[in-house]
Amino acid sequence: MAKAPSRAPLVALIGNPNAGKSTLFNALTGLRQRIGNYPGVTVERKSGWMTLPDGERVEVLDLPGLYSLAASSPDERIVIDTLCGRIGAERIPDAVVCVVDCTNLLRNLFLASQVAELGIPMMLVLNQADVARKRGVEIDTGRFSERLGGIPVVPASAWHGEGIASLKGALAGVLEKRTPMRRILWNEGVAEALRILREGLMREKDGGAAAVPDAMLQRMIFDATPDPGGGWLDGPAQAHTGRRRLVLAARERIRHAGLNPFAAEAVLHYERMGAVIEGIVVERAKEGGHTFSQRLDEVLLSRILGTAILLVAMAGMFASVFWLAEIPKGWLETLFAGIGAGIEPWMEEMPALRSLVIEGVIGGVGAFMSFLPQILILFFFITLLENTGYMARAAFLMDRLFSWCGLNGKCFVPMLSGYACAVPSVLATRTIEDPRARVITIFLIPFMSCSARLPVYTLMTTAFVVPQAGAFKGAMVMVGMYLVGLVVAIPVAWVLTRVVLRIRVRSFVLELPRYQIPRARDVLWRMWQAGAEFVKRAGTIIFAITVIVWALLYFPHTTETAVTTRKVFIEELSGSTGKTPGQIEAALAEESATARQDGATEAGPLTKALEHRVSAAHIEDSYLGRFGKAVQPVFAPAGFDWKITVGVLASFPAREVIVSTLGITYSLGAEAGADSDALHAAMAKSTWKSGPRAGAPIFTIPVVMGIMVFFALCSQCGATLAVIAKEAGWRWAAASFVCMTTLAWLAAVACYQAGRLLGCA
Amino acid sequence: MDISSLKVGQRARVVHLHASQPAEQRLMALGLMPGVIVRLARVAPLGDPIAIEFRGQCVSMRKREAGVVEVEPLG
Repeated sequence: MAKAPSRAPLVALIGNPNAGKSTLFNALTGLRQRIGNYPGVTVERKSGWMTLPDGERVEVLDLPGLYSLAASSPDERIVIDTLCGRIGAERIPDAVVCVVDCTNLLRNLFLASQVAELGIPMMLVLNQADVARKRGVEIDTGRFSERLGGIPVVPASAWHGEGIASLKGALAGVLEKRTPMRRILWNEGVAEALRILREGLMREKDGGAAAVPDAMLQRMIFDATPDPGGGWLDGPAQAHTGRRRLVLAARERIRHAGLNPFAAEAVLHYERMGAVIEGIVVERAKEGGHTFSQRLDEVLLSRILGTAILLVAMAGMFASVFWLAEIPKGWLETLFAGIGAGIEPWMEEMPALRSLVIEGVIGGVGAFMSFLPQILILFFFITLLENTGYMARAAFLMDRLFSWCGLNGKCFVPMLSGYACAVPSVLATRTIEDPRARVITIFLIPFMSCSARLPVYTLMTTAFVVPQAGAFKGAMVMVGMYLVGLVVAIPVAWVLTRVVLRIRVRSFVLELPRYQIPRARDVLWRMWQAGAEFVKRAGTIIFAITVIVWALLYFPHTTETAVTTRKVFIEELSGSTGKTPGQIEAALAEESATARQDGATEAGPLTKALEHRVSAAHIEDSYLGRFGKAVQPVFAPAGFDWKITVGVLASFPAREVIVSTLGITYSLGAEAGADSDALHAAMAKSTWKSGPRAGAPIFTIPVVMGIMVFFALCSQCGATLAVIAKEAGWRWAAASFVCMTTLAWLAAVACYQAGRLLGCA
Repeated sequence: MDISSLKVGQRARVVHLHASQPAEQRLMALGLMPGVIVRLARVAPLGDPIAIEFRGQCVSMRKREAGVVEVEPLG
């Protein structure tokens, strides 16, 4: 696609949340979109391209939805900064298209009236015109336009694709005539206050003097932020005190006129827009009757039935992410295994390259691709929940469970899906508007026991707990493991909120929007975007982590190790079977000869046993194996031997790797699964080779419990850390890693030491 | 009295709203201001938040936030 010239006009879409802005954006750009981030903040920047009827290409910027220009969140701050041209390379839009939900006209027009203060060429889109018509609302758009200073007022229904053509036509006119919307006529008090601030700033040459737009002066005066005027203008710190004095003087002037300066803006804009629509909006009274949404809420928000429906809906969503995703995940695994098997023969002579390509490269690609099914499925449900309007209801029902720790009801869905997989859940926190609640949720999600922990619990429980304590206690242990993360997450949330972030009580005002049928295109597009974003932004990191850990587990891979292990293997076997080493060599040679003749993919039993022994020796001699042996003393207080330690270290990119790593170190090969009897037996038989506990079994109940608790709490997922880093920054990813790993170690040590004290070691 | 002390289904007129905090300004941006008629639509199953109807829309807010909105009950 040819790149459009950079001077193509830039048009910003602005509007209230739930006004149908995203649907309109998708309809206008036809999905020719680009998603990025604003510099320095984690606010999404969505833009796209559309073509006007005269063939002119226009860049469309989809600003975050908001009710007011008052900036109390980063999203809102981005909007006012964009419109005032205060973001780095970002241009001031050439025109603003204000999307207005005409089923809630006055509230939507408050924002339009605020935007008019910027003096940017503008037009109004009266969206959801079809719903308004059905409700008997008629709007005289001609007189409406007249009263707003002649800007186009176009009825549309983005959902049905109605009015898109006339919108584009009108926009061409706006870009040509450059008519701004008529501004509010401030009363004397506010007008004087603005003059005081403007002239004061000019006198003190603060913030580039005359260049400060009125809209920004208004933000400084009207917004009830703890630091009046702070952060709005550049300039030396000493200018700050002067600016503060001016703002306070301006507010005093408004108070003098008998108005509360913090309430004046909303009251005056609402009064003004109320007068504008007076007489041109006809509502053929259908008052008294309840709307469809109100009747539906009677059921969906009721105490018992509503809660039950929520639980069923959430269970359905959870089950889909947990189980349904396994099906396409299986296909992907088969696909990657097939690719590996297909190219393997070409690299027969180069074992290092073969291992790099199959385990490192294909394994690395597979590592992040395997998250895609879960991401797509979770985003399908989340977009459905949001676009129908049910997400706000779920938040309303659940808010009380979260409000005590600085979170809110919107954190429920991402937190719940954390029990399936943290990766899509961290991405799903984008639905949480409050940035601090969002970051706390991101921090807590990895504590939820995801599906990758299950193999570890299964292995340990079936191999040790069930044989020693019975099936019932085994089941209790499994349930307990699912609760450990939650039990630890609660105090973590408390400390994070009260001590680290020092949040007192956060406000949570949330519109319960009209129920709507979602558009398939919007849902599919959001799924696609979430998947593509993940692959683009986190894929390389996950890939890199996999390759690095592969290298640490593979190298140095000396032939010396292989030769020595072979010698030891044959000696041991001759000792136990009574055959001479020569006979065993002959048997091995015969096995490989048969295998070559038959073209069999499976090696003979003796060859396989030897291969497994050699892999075990290589892993023991690998850099990670050596490191594991060196740091084993760190894990000694938890009762871990070097094999467990290497397993733990190898599992940092992905915790489920512990099973196959243990398989290799116990000379059973990587394919021994969590339910492999051979692996269970080998682990049960293993004893301490030396030290004070020489001869005693390694896997006692306290050690087993310690391993499970360790895996329940430890931050062993490169993909999760990668998405945390992308969504909240590297500092949060590092904090998550340190906090979880420390807690995991402490808990494992506590488990083992408590067990020893109770005498079960 | 404040909104959260209304009975479910009861209507009231807003008489005063302290607008000295961003949270309260958010309520004003939604059109909650003196003179507006509100109705307490429902209370969440766990006792908080509450859902308020005004100007043809339904808004959820916590009781704490609702506490700053002074109303006089109608009828």
